[in-house]
Amino acid sequence: MAYIELNNQLPGITGLLENRPDTGAPIRELTQILLRGESTLTELERELIATLVSYRNECRYCTSAHAATVRALGGTEDLLEKVFHDPGEAPVSEKMRALLAIAAKVQRLGKEVTASDIEKARASGASDIEIHDTVLIAALFCLYNRYVDGLGTYRPEDPAYYQRLASRLVTIGYSRPKDGLARKGEELYK
Amino acid sequence: MAYINVPDGVPGIRSLVMFRPETGKPLYELAQVLLRGPSPLSPADRELIAAYVSHRNECVFCRNSHAAAARCLYGDGKGIVDELLKDSDPGRLSEKMQALLRLAGKVQRGGNQVTPDDITAAHAAGATDVDIHDTVLIAAAFSMFNRYVDGLASYTPANESEYDEMGRRMSQNGYVLPSRPTHSTNQ
Repeated sequence: MAYIELNNQLPGITGLLENRPDTGAPIRELTQILLRGESTLTELERELIATLVSYRNECRYCTSAHAATVRALGGTEDLLEKVFHDPGEAPVSEKMRALLAIAAKVQRLGKEVTASDIEKARASGASDIEIHDTVLIAALFCLYNRYVDGLGTYRPEDPAYYQRLASRLVTIGYSRPKDGLARKGEELYK
Repeated sequence: MAYINVPDGVPGIRSLVMFRPETGKPLYELAQVLLRGPSPLSPADRELIAAYVSHRNECVFCRNSHAAAARCLYGDGKGIVDELLKDSDPGRLSEKMQALLRLAGKVQRGGNQVTPDDITAAHAAGATDVDIHDTVLIAAAFSMFNRYVDGLASYTPANESEYDEMGRRMSQNGYVLPSRPTHSTNQ
């Protein structure tokens, strides 16, 4: 049970976005553009940024959801483990390593990012828009993680829930499903 | 100098949304609905929560601009803004606002910092579920805005008086996506 009464019984962020369409709509639109819109970063790379920030914010719901999405997009357990625990050794491009390092700084606080972090990213081939989107994805997940945990939303334990959620996030993306959510297999909780 | 090629001389988030209007549009819509849309909390109280979270995130641009907007919106009661931000004294605020600011302070540190006791205390001080929702989401949203503004080192005017005009504009017009200045050379 969330800390506040919701108009639905959906878990995690889904319950919050459905409960408040007024704030939910711009949050969904922003996420769809950043994680699924046109970009020189792959969807997998962008999901990795979201997963890393959620992990470092200790948001178990968002970490499970986005790690499942990384897997659904072809990412391995080894990739996730290294990104979480040993990012310098992660099997990603040098550019992604530099962008993940920026995301980790943003997770702590905006002013932690230094000119030399940006230089490193640029030297490994990152463009202004890739740097921009990395910072904004990291910042957006600092919103999500706080929203989900700050209101004590319900977090399913069943890994199958996160697989169904990831399958929606890979096929439909972050826009609101037109035909409802429960029918997508994201069952109501008791 | 911002870390990326944004329009010169444009402060804070305005320069960032001019650089990337696609993401700027939902960002400004979120700010508008959260801080000016229907809510049991007044726009002044919501700006105060935004300024308080920005203060704790050490984001000078957001703190100063939202503090200026809160002063405009509180009018004669504007003294409470600096009492809270400069003197850390929330004493003249209502019990409910004090409880909501404590909640916002927890959210600023991390979502997991909020406990059922914090929610019980807010309810006991008269807060409704909608007050609590809006407070948590404003605090979470400014944990995003602050990181966006500082993570890209956008221009932060040093002179506090420059924020008075921003505060007036924010209090009168709300959050309207700025268009890119036509004289910009950063095409």
